[in-house]
Amino acid sequence: MRNDLAALFVGAIFGAGLVLSDMVNPARVQAFLDVAGRWDPTLMFVMGAALVPSALAYLVRRKLVRPVLASHFFVPENAAPDRRLLTGAALFGVGWGIAGFCPGPALAGLVLGAWQAWLFVAAMFAGMIAHRLLPTPANAVPTTQSAN
Amino acid sequence: MEPLSPFVAIAGGLLIGTAAALLLLLNGRIAGVSGMLATTTRIDSGGPPWRQAAAFIVGLPLGAVLIATFVRRPDLVIAASPVALVVAGLLVGFGTRLGNGCTSGHGVCGMARLSPRSILATLTFMATAALTVFVARHLVGI
Repeated sequence: MRNDLAALFVGAIFGAGLVLSDMVNPARVQAFLDVAGRWDPTLMFVMGAALVPSALAYLVRRKLVRPVLASHFFVPENAAPDRRLLTGAALFGVGWGIAGFCPGPALAGLVLGAWQAWLFVAAMFAGMIAHRLLPTPANAVPTTQSAN
Repeated sequence: MEPLSPFVAIAGGLLIGTAAALLLLLNGRIAGVSGMLATTTRIDSGGPPWRQAAAFIVGLPLGAVLIATFVRRPDLVIAASPVALVVAGLLVGFGTRLGNGCTSGHGVCGMARLSPRSILATLTFMATAALTVFVARHLVGI
């Protein structure tokens, strides 16, 4: 229960950050990606700033035996990159470039009055289901501890 | 589109990074939106326990609405046509499952812990996204 409340609170902070930084705005994201046009550096500031507390947390993690509210950390091992990872990332990038939406901002867009976000999210779920239906082994990256 | 003050962008980025930090230090979990969406919809059976993923997925739009209501109302400009949105959504959904993550899981969490997979994934999707925008805007002229 405390984990669920923490996740709810953390999700809200995440969504707040996406709106404050205007990363929910596809035009802003595409303006960053448009390196040959009127380039907008916003995404660079956002990601650079986001990496600071995130990296600090991973440094703090080394000193901790376990997280505050859980029995252990669920962080993927640093496995070697493979073709599936690169193909997936490449396809994701093409979709991200076309719409200017990635999953978090699209989810926020659902409640910000953008009907396009609903269409995008529906198609995104269809894409996820299509991947699930592929006759390949499960794609889970091994974690240091099995999930409970 | 008005330029956004770098200070506002940095403040927003710090919130996103703080969320990732808290989820790791409190629950021991990676703040990856695509993965938690897949868990919440039961498209993926892995990932965090369902209630945790669902709580995050409910919290995200709640936080978005709070800021949009009380701090800064975003003006979403979406140029993509309905067909383009569907194609993009399919690619993002399929690609993030195949590649095990998106901008949050690979970009904000994975890069922060210097994961070679995440760094490579982030460089890859940044490159194909920029290339896609270049082709669409400067070659095709959409």
